Amino acid sequence: MNKQQAIFDLALWMGDNTLILGHRLSELCGHGPILEQDIALTNIALDLVGQSRMWLSLAGEVEGKDRTEDDFAYYRGERDFTNVKLVEMPNHHWGYVIARQFIYDAHHLAILEQLVDSSDQAIADIAAKAIKEVQYHLRFSSEWMIRMGDGTAVSHEKAQTSLEDLAPYIKSLTLTDEISTFAAAEGIGFDAGRVEQEAWATMQKVLEEATLKLEPSEYYHKGGKQGLHTEHMGFILAEMQSVVRAMPGNTW
Amino acid sequence: MIEKNLNQIFQARIDSEEKIEARDWMPEKYRQTLIRQISQHAHSEVVGMLPEGNWITRAPSLRRKVALLAKVQDEAGHGLYLYSAAETLGAKRSDLIQQLLDGTAKYSSIFNYPTLSWADIGAIGWLVDGAAIMNQVMLCRTSYGPYARAMVRICKEESFHQRQGYEIMIALSKGSEEQKAMAQDALNRWWWPSLMMFGPNDAESKHTAQSMAWKIKRKTNDELRQAFVDATVPQAEYLGLTIPDADLKWNEERGHYDFGPIDWDEFWQVVKGYGQCNKERIAARRKAEEEGEWVREAALAYAEKQRIKKENQKTKVA
Amino acid sequence: MDNNWPLWEVFIRSKKGLSHKHVGSLHAADADMAIENARDVYTRRMEGESIWVVESKDIVASNPSQQEELYDPAKDKIYRHPTFYDIPDEIGHM
Repeated sequence: MNKQQAIFDLALWMGDNTLILGHRLSELCGHGPILEQDIALTNIALDLVGQSRMWLSLAGEVEGKDRTEDDFAYYRGERDFTNVKLVEMPNHHWGYVIARQFIYDAHHLAILEQLVDSSDQAIADIAAKAIKEVQYHLRFSSEWMIRMGDGTAVSHEKAQTSLEDLAPYIKSLTLTDEISTFAAAEGIGFDAGRVEQEAWATMQKVLEEATLKLEPSEYYHKGGKQGLHTEHMGFILAEMQSVVRAMPGNTW
Repeated sequence: MIEKNLNQIFQARIDSEEKIEARDWMPEKYRQTLIRQISQHAHSEVVGMLPEGNWITRAPSLRRKVALLAKVQDEAGHGLYLYSAAETLGAKRSDLIQQLLDGTAKYSSIFNYPTLSWADIGAIGWLVDGAAIMNQVMLCRTSYGPYARAMVRICKEESFHQRQGYEIMIALSKGSEEQKAMAQDALNRWWWPSLMMFGPNDAESKHTAQSMAWKIKRKTNDELRQAFVDATVPQAEYLGLTIPDADLKWNEERGHYDFGPIDWDEFWQVVKGYGQCNKERIAARRKAEEEGEWVREAALAYAEKQRIKKENQKTKVA
Repeated sequence: MDNNWPLWEVFIRSKKGLSHKHVGSLHAADADMAIENARDVYTRRMEGESIWVVESKDIVASNPSQQEELYDPAKDKIYRHPTFYDIPDEIGHM
C-alpha cells in the first residue's frame, strides 16, 4: 500500500458518491415542487457533478493509466463503483430527497473540513473549492428539514419516516478499511471517527429545531465501497451509460 | 369619450417608443393580450424542460451532462422571470399554471414532439433555441417594460444554449457513421417543427396586426421564419447535413432562401392536443404540481409559525 | 387554504460600491427562503454579491397619473445642475 493508492482510493470514493447523488438529483430537474426549488436543487446537482469531475480526474491522474473522468463514469460496471448505498436511494418524494441530502451534506461537510488540510495538495485544492458549495447544501437541506419537521402534520410525518428509512444507510459514510485508515494516518484522508461525531452533532442540532428524531441505527448496511450495491444501482448505471455503451469508443 | 382619449394617449406613447410600465393606464385588451402571450411563453419554458430533461441522465459525457443540466435549469429560470412579468399585470402564477394544467392555456407545440436520441438534444439546442432566439431578440424591444426586461435577461442567458446544441451537432457530424446518421435523423425530425414554431403564415395569423400596432410584436411570423431559414442553412452546410426540403434553394432576386410548403395540418393537429407527447407533458407537470402541494404547504405553515413566534416575543418585550 | 407562497421583489448589488438594483421577483414562503431563492435564481452567473428582498405587497409606489405634478416641477430647477453656472475656462475643472 502506498500514498498513490490511498489518494486514488479516496478520490474515487468521493467522485463516485458525488456522481451518483448528483445523478439522482438531476433526475428531478423539471419536476420540483415549485420553480424556485427546482432551480435550487439543480444547483446542488450541478455542484455535485462538478465536484465528481474533479475527483474522478484526480483519480485518473494518480492512477497513471490515462483514464478520464468519463472512463470512470461510463465504462465501469456496478462492482467497480465505490459509492455508499445512501446516494443510490431513489427520489421517493421531496421529504425523502431532502433527508437523504441532509444526511449526506452533514457528513460531506465534516469530511471536507478535514480534507482541506490534506497532506496531498490536489485533494486539499478540490476540498477547498467544494467546501463552499457544500456549506450551502447543508444550509439548504437543514432549513428544509426544519420546515418539514415543524411545518404541517403531513410534512412532519414524511420527514420523520424518511429519516427512519435512511438511518441504516448512515454508518457506511464513516466505515473504515485498511486503505482509508492508512490514508488518515498519512494525513491524506480523514479521520472517520471525527467525521461521525461532527456529522451527528450537526444533524442533532438541526433535528432538534425541526422537532424530528434520529438515532444511530443498531443495524446498518455495508458494502458500497466494496462494489456491492442496492438493486437501484444497476438501473442508474444502465441509464447513465446507455448512449456511450451502445456506441463505445466515440467522442461526444 | 374619456376612454377613447386614454386610448389615443396610450397609442401615442407606444408610437413614440415609450415603454409601458405596470401601473400605467393600458387598454384592457392590451393587458389581456400580454398576460396570454407572456404566460404562454412562460409555460413553454417550463414544459420545454421536459423533452430535454429526458436526456439529462443519459448525457454521454459529464461535460455534456452539466451543460444540459444548466441549460434545462435556465429554462426554469426563464419560466420564472416570465411568470413574474405576467404577475406585474395582476395575474397570479398559480392561476396561470392552473390554466396550463387544465388545457385552457397553450404553450409552444414544439415541446410535444418526442426526444428520441441524444442527437435530438443537439438539434433542439441548434434549431429550437435558434428559432426561439429570433423571436426573443425581437421581444427585448417589446412595448411592455417588465416583459422587455425579462427578455433582455433571457436573451443574455440563452446565448449559450444554441452554441451548446450546435457543438453537440458538430461532435456527432464529425464522428462515426453511426453518430452522423443520428445527427441527420434528428435534423430530419426537428426541421419542420422548428419552422412551425413561428406560427401560422401572416395572412392566417389572427393576433399579428393588433400586436404589431401595440409593438408587443415587432416582426411578423413570416419575417422571423425567413430570417431563421437564412441563418440556419449555412450552419447545416458546415455540418455536412442535409435539410429535409427538396424545394430549399437560394433566391438571388429576393436575397433569401426559398423553402417548401409547411404541413399546416400537422401543425394544427399538435396545437389541438394530438401531438405525440401533449398528454404526457401535461401529466408530468400536473404530477410535479400535485406532489409539491404538501411541500409548499409545509413551508407556509412553518413561516406562519415563525411569524407568530416573533410577534409573541415582541409583545413580551413590550 | 391558499397555499401560494408570497411574491418578493429582488434587488441585487452587482459589485461593491454600487447600489442595489431591482432585478425581478420570485415566490418564497419566508424572508430567509426569499434570499436563498434569489441567490439560486438571480445570481447563477456571478451577477451579484449582495441581495435585498422585500415582499411585493410592502412596496409603496408613486402614482403614474401624477407623473406631471411629481416630476415636472424639477424640470425648471436648472440651478440645481452644475451647468447652470458660468465659470471662466481658465479656472479649469471645478
